Amino acid sequence: MAPRFYRLAETGRKVVNLTLDGQPVAALEGDTLMVALLSAHGHLRRSEFGDGTRAGFCLMGACQDCWVWTEDGERLRSCSTAVSDGLNIRTNPPEVSWSDVL
Amino acid sequence: MVGRALNTLKVVIIGAGPAGVRAAQTLVAAGVRPTVIDEGRRAGGQIYRRQPDNFTRSLETLYGTEASRAQGIHDTFDGLVDQIDYLPETLVWNISDGRVFAVSEKRETTIEYDALIICSGATDRLMPVKGWDMAGVYSLGGSQVALKSQAVSIGQRVIFMGTGPLLYLVASQYLKAGAGVVAVLDTSSFIKRVVAAPKLMSAPDALINGLKFTLALKAAGVPVLTGIRPLEITGDVESGVSGLIFETGAGEHREIKGDAVAMGYHLRPETQLADLTRCEFAFDEKSHLWYPKVDEDGRATTANVYLAGDGARILGARAAEVSGKLAALACLKDAGAPVLDNEIMALRQDMACWKRFATGLREAFPWPAEQAAKLPDETVVCRCEAITAGELRRTVNAMGAKEANRAKAFSRVGMGRCQGRYCALAGAEIIAAAAGIPVSEAGRLRGQAPVKPLPICIEDDEAAAAISTVRELTK
Ligand SMILES: Cc1cc2nc3c(=O)[nH]c(=O)nc-3n(C[C@H](O)[C@H](O)[C@H](O)COP(=O)(O)OP(=O)(O)OC[C@H]3O[C@@H](n4cnc5c(N)ncnc54)[C@H](O)[C@@H]3O)c2cc1C
Ligand code: FES
Repeated sequence: MAPRFYRLAETGRKVVNLTLDGQPVAALEGDTLMVALLSAHGHLRRSEFGDGTRAGFCLMGACQDCWVWTEDGERLRSCSTAVSDGLNIRTNPPEVSWSDVL
Repeated sequence: MVGRALNTLKVVIIGAGPAGVRAAQTLVAAGVRPTVIDEGRRAGGQIYRRQPDNFTRSLETLYGTEASRAQGIHDTFDGLVDQIDYLPETLVWNISDGRVFAVSEKRETTIEYDALIICSGATDRLMPVKGWDMAGVYSLGGSQVALKSQAVSIGQRVIFMGTGPLLYLVASQYLKAGAGVVAVLDTSSFIKRVVAAPKLMSAPDALINGLKFTLALKAAGVPVLTGIRPLEITGDVESGVSGLIFETGAGEHREIKGDAVAMGYHLRPETQLADLTRCEFAFDEKSHLWYPKVDEDGRATTANVYLAGDGARILGARAAEVSGKLAALACLKDAGAPVLDNEIMALRQDMACWKRFATGLREAFPWPAEQAAKLPDETVVCRCEAITAGELRRTVNAMGAKEANRAKAFSRVGMGRCQGRYCALAGAEIIAAAAGIPVSEAGRLRGQAPVKPLPICIEDDEAAAAISTVRELTK
């Protein structure tokens, strides 16, 4: 799928490597997790209410639409989480039921 | 707090935007050592949001005409850091019994205060449109954050839609940064701007900047249309946005293509924290917003609670600086410190000018309340839980749930994880229209703790227990 975000400047930064659902993603130091993921991919997660894919909305920590998960099941708000080397991100909560997360 | 030595006075400021920074500066100058808490990684707030340390764009590139003001706020704050207790990346999730409950890096802290200055700012105000729950639709402010703090655009061909000064500002910032701007579609008609011009003249430089943005967009060949009504954001639930269908001012239906939509209708105040202090609110008929009641200097109806900046009234960044100072002076005065009446009078006069300007903006770019009644039943209103306008209308009709908090309980609109930030105002308009009552009677959604979802694993057991109790109570 085509990326959603496009870089307009500040592209000379150090590369940081992560994975998204097992696929490698090359991010840049200083990226938020959301920007890193959406510069490579079209969405962050799937709405659990059946209305399709989601890619965040407010970018300022208010809407909570940008949640992704680590392999250990930790929930991250991707618009306000900085990338770090070796992060393995999933677009679905691994084995955590919705009621545990709320 | 009267009679306390100022250097022992415990003042907590929430928010390090222009209002919070000026409040902190005023308190420090009087000998107080305030605690400043902000959720952000770096101080500056929304408009003067800073880019990461390893980014190199200039202040002019980032803030345009507001570069020197941004610098002023950043330098002031950096100069204060040793004289305040600063807690960055810390979320205030509750306020109760004279204490602020905050959490950072999964650690919980509780801070007692003698006085509390809340400078929590604003978020975008949204009116739903069919298809706005698809990937690729962003709030206008969010699309600006992408550019300002991360140097990315939200798409290759971006459609800007909504109303308010931010619509033109962000579209022109995108254009300047080299992003593709397909069109700027404003729901307000041009004539409204002409009528509001005398009031907008209270801040002539801001008015001129606004005109310059529009001219720059037009000069670049970007269609700028006023008086439109959005009908549907088109696309696919898997791959996201592909365009927008709208009605022109002349009543024709048109479709434009694009891979992203940035939308917003000016701003709404962040008032959950003020609500938790149990202060009173009043409905503002003109803007259809519920504001906490404050006196001229920012005193809330709850003792020792002060409100400043856009979280108290949507008046813009420059007014936020003035109201931050005023709130701090009010706090000092209430603590028995000597405060010059002249200084207060001068600041009140500045505020009067910004209030007039904000009235002009509100009249030039009105909230399109009338759209709510026309939204097709299948339009998602609550993006969090995909609840539609039809479901909300059915709760009103079938259950007589005419008050927003009851309708929320029945239909869950406003119970999702954004806690109503993006659906409550439009939801109230839909309820009011369906029930045939004024929107003021549809009530308002009350703020509840935690004001934002907390990290799943809080290390401190006692705090974790407290949080789960709150969650039980607020279920
Ligand atoms: C996304 C966005 C973009 C904007 N861009 C512009 C612009 O380009 N030009 C312009 O003139 N105006 C802009 N505005 C309006 C402008 O932001 C305001 O007029 C101005 O920033 C108000 O200052 P403030 O100090 O009241 O609040 P803000 O600057 O919004 O600062 C509020 C601070 O409070 C913090 N906060 C809030 N709640 C909590 C909590 N529970 N716990 C901890 N911290 C908290 C936030 O992190 C934030 O830093 C924008 C508004 C938004 C929402
Ligand atoms: S995009 Fe809204 S909270 Fe992250």
